Amino acid sequence: MQDEPTPAELAKAVADFLRNDIAPLISGHQGFKLRVGINALDLVARQLTSAEQGEAAELARLKALLAADGSLSDLNRALADKIASGAMDLSTPGLKEHLWQTTLDKLAVDQPNYASYRREAGRTDGDA
Amino acid sequence: MIEAALSRCVARFMPGATGVTGAAMLSGGASQETWRFDIVHPDGAIGAILRRAPKGYGAAPGRAAGLDNEAALMQLAYEAGVPSPRVLHLLTPDDELGTGFIMQRIEGETIARKILRDADFADVRPHLARQLGGIAAGIHGVARDELPTSLRELSATKEIAELTREYRSFGWPRPVFELALRWLAEHDPGPPAEVTLVHGDFRHGNLIIGPDGVRAVLDWELAHLGDPMEDLGWICVNSWRFGEIDKPVGGFGAREDLFAGYEAAGRKVDAARVMFWEVMGTLRWGVMCCGMMQRFREAPDHSMERAMIGRRASETEIDLLRLLAPRGAA
Repeated sequence: MQDEPTPAELAKAVADFLRNDIAPLISGHQGFKLRVGINALDLVARQLTSAEQGEAAELARLKALLAADGSLSDLNRALADKIASGAMDLSTPGLKEHLWQTTLDKLAVDQPNYASYRREAGRTDGDA
Repeated sequence: MIEAALSRCVARFMPGATGVTGAAMLSGGASQETWRFDIVHPDGAIGAILRRAPKGYGAAPGRAAGLDNEAALMQLAYEAGVPSPRVLHLLTPDDELGTGFIMQRIEGETIARKILRDADFADVRPHLARQLGGIAAGIHGVARDELPTSLRELSATKEIAELTREYRSFGWPRPVFELALRWLAEHDPGPPAEVTLVHGDFRHGNLIIGPDGVRAVLDWELAHLGDPMEDLGWICVNSWRFGEIDKPVGGFGAREDLFAGYEAAGRKVDAARVMFWEVMGTLRWGVMCCGMMQRFREAPDHSMERAMIGRRASETEIDLLRLLAPRGAA
């Protein structure tokens, strides 16, 4: 078993250092690139912290939707094929809810400040 | 040194010009570069821009219209009353600068976040959507017989096929993109009433805006013949709203204002087609984000920016769901 701190904690500590201590010293194009780098570290930390749970739920939904077993990648490929062929569409029970939940989970890692995500994540009607 | 070649070049085509100063590359890829510089002239410095393909990169890749076409289109747009920089010179082999052209430099802002937030633009923001409607109408009104003959024609059907092929080439399954591709195929509106010049990239970043309004439309790289509603749909894509998601036109205006400006200039809007192209545009930006990720992985420079743009494809997935499968709807 690898020791602590966790990779997520390490990535966050580096991101915080760059953000608080280094970014104020750097301007122009290098400053822009530094901010991109900090965003990348933040993304890594979010993925390490929260993606596992979301992907486990995604896998369970895919197995139920497709009535099949396989890896996340295999089942996503199978779902993509079924949508492409027209065998599944928005009238398929559970598909719309699955796509919404999967997409919201991706955005929570990729771009939690994206305005469309903030609005949809804040909805409380539960009607996917 | 590029300044020496530019100095010889401007002295040849501009009477009185004695050289150039301050040459700086604004953007550069393997096949195309943009430089800013000032032409030294007894009447005062003249701001200029060089767009060129360095030697050995003359051919336009993929969708690109080519630099010669870009110069010709910019000139035609100028003559049609579209705010555009003047083209000052088409490069010749004697210039030893590769292929491309030199144009007038227009000062102003292209960065969306500044245009949407800075106080300097507060007064003009409510007027931009309508103004852009009029500008789009001007672009679409350029006479077909004046256009470069090498401009390619892109129908909705062809664009769907190209996006499908590009997306599939990545080998990464995206159920939401598949849903969008099905929707597009089922809602393909067919040929438009009139095929016109389409700018192809009519959005923030390619518009120079000042406190007085739109000063120039840039970057005709993706210009083609097609459905004029494509330009109106593309500027409504959520990715160009920069957080102002309730103002569909570039984050500053309403569709109604864009359409009113377009129709006031004597052209007709087909709102259903605009919506179709907004979906296509959202998917297209998503596929472009995935393409950035491919280039990150394959190119030697390992650009961190490209890698992070790859992680923005999911933004277009949520936008596609908002368009095609809105929550709370049956």
